[in-house]
Amino acid sequence: MAQKNYAGITVDVNDEGYFTNPSQWTKEIGAEIAKEEGITLTDQHYAIIDFLRKRHLAGEALSIRSINHSGVLDVKTFYQLFPGAPLKRATKIAGIPKPVSCI
Amino acid sequence: MEQKYPIKKVNIICAKGAIEDVYATLVMGNGAVMEGIETNLFFTFFGLDAIVKSRMDKLHTGVVGNAALRLPGGFRMPTLLGVIPGMEAFTSWMMKKQMGQLDIPPVSEFLDLITAGGGKIYACKLGMDMFKFRKEDLSEHVSEVLTIGEFYEKAGGEGSQIIFT
Repeated sequence: MAQKNYAGITVDVNDEGYFTNPSQWTKEIGAEIAKEEGITLTDQHYAIIDFLRKRHLAGEALSIRSINHSGVLDVKTFYQLFPGAPLKRATKIAGIPKPVSCI
Repeated sequence: MEQKYPIKKVNIICAKGAIEDVYATLVMGNGAVMEGIETNLFFTFFGLDAIVKSRMDKLHTGVVGNAALRLPGGFRMPTLLGVIPGMEAFTSWMMKKQMGQLDIPPVSEFLDLITAGGGKIYACKLGMDMFKFRKEDLSEHVSEVLTIGEFYEKAGGEGSQIIFT
């Protein structure tokens, strides 16, 4: 297992850079991963990251459709906040595993 | 993972209108959008039902001559059973119920998701003329009615693929 250092803390990640232990994540770490991804986090980013983390920790699958039910933002805004592959990038920044859903 | 020849654009053609045909296109199209791949979906012939407002959420699965269709429990469904009135509606209802449990959205919502991510939906002009559809009959997510030539123009580019479902 690989390790990485973010905001002065050493965390466990897999070979794609996704956290293997989501409890090691902090907001500051999230901001540093985002910087690597070329994204500056705003309150809106943090709100959806919080939703993704809660949903993951509750054992629920993450899908692009579930973003519309987040009550935080809609799918269109999600694509704008995390351009390209939003679900993959957002989960990486949120310190949770890469989603296995096809939807 | 870095690839030498990544897929940068997919152009998916949907020419059939049964649930499984349309969802093959929508799932693959949405999957591409989610990966950040430029996506064009082109609906033609019976596939047009997927983008006609009055029909898109009422698609059916064929129960006669569908060799892969099985009854609950795994037994093959005899073709003769398919002719029983209501069998097609029941099978289609079952399919939609199962998909709903997997968080697979209805067609109209799927088009919302795909276009929200920048995916483009096109209708085939020849198919429209054949079935006497007008632009007003189509979902507002359809950006244009294209001739085949125009579709090929849009499909061009490095790392672009055309997929016929």
